[in-house]
Amino acid sequence: MRIVIASLTCAFAAIFPAYAGTLRVEPGANAQERLQTALLDAKPGDTVEIGAGRFELTDGLSLDISGVTVRGMGADKSVMSFKGQKGAGEGLLVTSNDVVLRDFAVEDTRGDALKSKGSSRIVFANLRVEWTGGPKATNGAYGVYPVSSTDVLIDNVRVSGASDAGIYVGQSKNIIVRNSLATGNVAGIEIENSFNADVYSNVAMHNTGGILVFDLPNLPQKGGNSIRIFSNRVTKNDTPNFAPPGNVVSQVPVGTGVMVMANSNVHVFGNMLGDNATANVFIVAYKQKFDDPGYNPRVKNIVIRDNEHGRAGWAPGFTGGKELAAAMGGTIAPIFWDGVGGAAAGVHVSDKVAVLTLGLDEPLTPIAEMQPGPIDLSKTPMVAMPVAVVLPAAMEAALK
Amino acid sequence: MKAFVGAAMLACLSIGASGVPPVNDALILGETLPPKLSDFGLLTGKQGLVPADGVKPYKLSTPLFSDYSEKYRYAYVPAGKTISYRADGVIAFPVGSVLVKSFGYPADLRKPTENLRIIETRLLIHRANGWVALPYVWNADGSDAELKRAGTRIDVSWTHLDGQVKRISYAVPNVNQCKGCHSLDGVMTPIGPKARNLDQTFLRTAAIDGLPAKIDHIPVWNDPTSANVDARARAYLDVNCAHCHNPRGPASNSGLFLGWESRDRVALGIGKRPVAAGSGAGQFSFDIAAGHPESSIMLYRLASIEPGVAMPELGRATAHAEGLALLAEWIKAMPAEDVK
Repeated sequence: MRIVIASLTCAFAAIFPAYAGTLRVEPGANAQERLQTALLDAKPGDTVEIGAGRFELTDGLSLDISGVTVRGMGADKSVMSFKGQKGAGEGLLVTSNDVVLRDFAVEDTRGDALKSKGSSRIVFANLRVEWTGGPKATNGAYGVYPVSSTDVLIDNVRVSGASDAGIYVGQSKNIIVRNSLATGNVAGIEIENSFNADVYSNVAMHNTGGILVFDLPNLPQKGGNSIRIFSNRVTKNDTPNFAPPGNVVSQVPVGTGVMVMANSNVHVFGNMLGDNATANVFIVAYKQKFDDPGYNPRVKNIVIRDNEHGRAGWAPGFTGGKELAAAMGGTIAPIFWDGVGGAAAGVHVSDKVAVLTLGLDEPLTPIAEMQPGPIDLSKTPMVAMPVAVVLPAAMEAALK
Repeated sequence: MKAFVGAAMLACLSIGASGVPPVNDALILGETLPPKLSDFGLLTGKQGLVPADGVKPYKLSTPLFSDYSEKYRYAYVPAGKTISYRADGVIAFPVGSVLVKSFGYPADLRKPTENLRIIETRLLIHRANGWVALPYVWNADGSDAELKRAGTRIDVSWTHLDGQVKRISYAVPNVNQCKGCHSLDGVMTPIGPKARNLDQTFLRTAAIDGLPAKIDHIPVWNDPTSANVDARARAYLDVNCAHCHNPRGPASNSGLFLGWESRDRVALGIGKRPVAAGSGAGQFSFDIAAGHPESSIMLYRLASIEPGVAMPELGRATAHAEGLALLAEWIKAMPAEDVK
């Protein structure tokens, strides 16, 4: 009978949920188990509070409870160090919904640092992610990495040293990336195979490429579209590409500001762009062979307007770039387009700087067949801008 | 409520009948996380090497590689309940069932039954609300195992097949990591016991409802008499990779789908470029470069023990040389194509 009574108690507990609580974890011995246990014990509505100091961790952490906030004492105060990591693919993996990660740092993960997979309404705020040894091919791929997620807010995060992208949003929908700083990564900020993203008020400096908008074949979600890149500072992206060679970002030429590949309805406006040796804006088709009938390797309906341009194009990092610059009098134009699709691509540029097209017909047209020259794209009709991304109010409220 | 009363009565009846402590059905069906493995009464004897009555051992044709550990698998189904066969080949265990898996090492891998040290026992419990995974770690004297929901690391050594001593930091997964593999559409689910991968003895004796007379078994990965290299390699990938790498699994975003049913060449990795592999891609451009195992990302990652590179991500403090050899033979035999 005692078993029955115990079960009854459980039933009452389920009917009357506990008030939102705080589970506090301090640094020190056995941090791995204590922190992970808190992430397992948290109930929806709870906060896992991470004390100030360094947490020396040996394995990946994970959170699978919805409605949990993981909150540190500050991006320079509560530090999860994975320098001694022995296993798992990432630092902290979130697989639940309505999660807020804020006010802590993650250092030196062997793989990705902060990943969410399949999460709805996920907030990353006031975080620092860093590979402390500087740019290295052996650094983890992604710093802040929501994938297959819906409603994503990334606000005031700093990422440096990622061997792929500092902030990477993949195969997701309804995304805001803002007020963030990406330095010393291969890609500063990358939006890939995603729908409806607003990327604004960020600084991307000293990466290989500043802000990338990509679409790749053979993935469950593709056809990236409706992206707005505005009010960002994308300058001095001068870190030589240190991505492991097989990855698509290893193709990004050093000194690329904003790069748009194989997406549609992308608007780049009101940004400060400059000191990018290849180009301030780089617009291209996907240039690899692929086997995926549902994939479009071309760009479509791109709008580049009202950006402020500093120096660019003096050392184009792509194959043949040096020769091209020499032929153009030492510098290519700040805005570069491979020309694929011609007028049908709907590329509009009304910035007050020159545009260079390579005049290539098809994504796979050999570079030897290029017909480079200046082009006026200011008369291309501008496609209507996607509406601003609006996230559920609770996500914005979580920043308070 | 009725279920609990029923379970309690059943427990009383069982004690009366045999005098041996029965499997604790009430605990299995309850909502608690029992701190000791012995609480369940599923395994008895030192290191839990003796299953209780009704706890039936089973084997898999092709098992998941876990750092060369020996695994002892059991299934418990409560009295009066039956397992049923589903059309997709999954063996559906009723609520109240437990899948039990003990992991251990013999002192010498060449004598797998001698001087065993059982490290941990993982339970996959089918409760009314779904499956729950609980890892228990054995104490030093093998008298009981303690729940370690957050996982842990244990130094383990053994004499390997080549006579050399191997030492690893063995990782007991945390319960989320259990779900990391045991997840389909985000819901915890068993992986191993599919009809196509279960041993004949178990299938015959477990009284499975609706079991077809003929089951298409997947091959035994390391038994060349069971199938050709292609089929054995695919069986190996199915068991070792497809629990994540399937369209509904934790690695769905990779587009790399390695299940037994997968037919799309690119989804299988042939000529497929990496997406989010990072340093996992090494120096290479394709998951599988047909004809070229030496430049295939898949083999690079399976051979690596670096976190962030190593695949699978868990249970991989060592590389599985024999599995790698099989996959290398498989890829080598693929006609090199105009790589896309």
